[in-house]
Amino acid sequence: MCGIVGLLLKDKSLRPRLGELMVPMLVGMTERGPDSSGMAVFTDEAAGGARKLSLYCASPDFDWRGFEAAALGYLRNARCEIKVNHCVLSTSQDADSAREWVTQEYPEVRVLSVGRRIDLYKDIGLPAEIANRYEFSSLQGTHLVGHTRMATESAVTVENAHPYTAGEDWCLVHNGSLANPGNLRRKLEKLGERFESDCDTEGACRYLHWRLGSGDTLEKALEHAFDDFDGFFTFLMGTRDKLALVRDPFACKPAVVAETDEYVAIASEFRSLAHLPDIKQATVFEPKPAEVYAWSVQ
Amino acid sequence: MVSAMKEEASPVVFDLKRQSVRDLNQFLHGRPAGVSEVRVENPDGAHNIAVGLNAPIRVDIAGHAGYYAAGMNKDATVTVHGNAGPGVAENMMSGRVEVTGFASGGAGASAHGGLLLIRGDAGLRCGISLKGGDIVVGGSVGSFSAFMAQAGRIVVCGDAADGLGDSLYEAVIYVRGKIRSLGADAQIEPMTDADYAAVHKLLDASGLSHSHREFRRVASGKTLYHWNANANQTY
Repeated sequence: MCGIVGLLLKDKSLRPRLGELMVPMLVGMTERGPDSSGMAVFTDEAAGGARKLSLYCASPDFDWRGFEAAALGYLRNARCEIKVNHCVLSTSQDADSAREWVTQEYPEVRVLSVGRRIDLYKDIGLPAEIANRYEFSSLQGTHLVGHTRMATESAVTVENAHPYTAGEDWCLVHNGSLANPGNLRRKLEKLGERFESDCDTEGACRYLHWRLGSGDTLEKALEHAFDDFDGFFTFLMGTRDKLALVRDPFACKPAVVAETDEYVAIASEFRSLAHLPDIKQATVFEPKPAEVYAWSVQ
Repeated sequence: MVSAMKEEASPVVFDLKRQSVRDLNQFLHGRPAGVSEVRVENPDGAHNIAVGLNAPIRVDIAGHAGYYAAGMNKDATVTVHGNAGPGVAENMMSGRVEVTGFASGGAGASAHGGLLLIRGDAGLRCGISLKGGDIVVGGSVGSFSAFMAQAGRIVVCGDAADGLGDSLYEAVIYVRGKIRSLGADAQIEPMTDADYAAVHKLLDASGLSHSHREFRRVASGKTLYHWNANANQTY
């Protein structure tokens, strides 16, 4: 079991309150996922075409200030925003060389996401603890994708926590389980996709990213996924300007959507949506199985 | 008499913003003397609201309920004034459960008796393994509804999605709209006068105005009742 949450703000005046509105959604999914939790937030585009890399280090003693000093010296227009053992590094350098520098100089540091808009945090513990640790209530932006995990098929580690990312400004969270992640992985590794964890969800994330990169629309990529994924899933995906939701043809895992003129909110269960403004006037529905739902930032 | 009238006028109110579901359910299980009506405010999608009731009491849930609302109901009349999560009225024994909005998956699963009325749509697996009792759905039902249903009746005023009535036993389904596909061994059969009368009665009990003449009967072809070694496991 796991919990998923998503929020996309149509009303620009609510964007400074994105995190504040989201935290009760995430905490509401604690019983579905008390092991670990994560959040991908899509902000305004980084200035001047800069890329942002969300970084994480397992060691609590890691010298982030030293890292910052080195980054300032090596990467163009580098900036570090450090929160506990996470850091959002922005640079006007191209994303590949920045990633290469980080992973070669600091092999203990994990690159969680890359993009112009995405910031990503994930950690082990109760959702409320993680929300406090990384000050989720102060997050601002257009939309976000969050997850609370109850591990079923791989260990409770930061790497195995969701959201998963591939490429730039793309992330996915998963409620469910896949029975053929090994086959997906072998197939994708031959095609050049690199894996960083042993969670079944990473296979789904990299599969869809590979499909999108091969020219599929999201709808087409998911049609292929219905054939190639063996298992149960509700996927919530975030792109630079979209949230997209899909449930497997058997709709084994729940999802509820609430939509108003101000926002679109998605959660595994209504109890994570009950606090939202004007929820009583919202259009509330359950997404149908095997149908792709997508909402865009205006 | 005076006190009975007073109770009618003012139900006991539980506010789930301030009180727990356990407080509510323990109160209801205590069969409180003289209380005939309970109103649940701010349900906000909580699980297990009003489960295991065992008395002819009326419970109104003022909002959306989470998993298993009114599960195992016996004798009570429970109304969800909103939507219900998975497994509403699962394993109901008797009484009446009503959902004014939509119900999620597995509505009325394994119910043995009573009436479950869903005014909106029902999700997948509505009435799965139904063992008796009646389900009336004002809207449509999702895929695999009435899977392995053993007894009882399901009335669907809208459409049915894939695999309706797969591996049915003795339960009967009445559908007014389109059926996307029937499950293994389910078949459409002619309506008898007894079928029309049954549908009429259930619609009447549900306050729905459709004509019973618009419904079709789906029941078991009974080809799966006995093991057939020659079937090559393709059904």
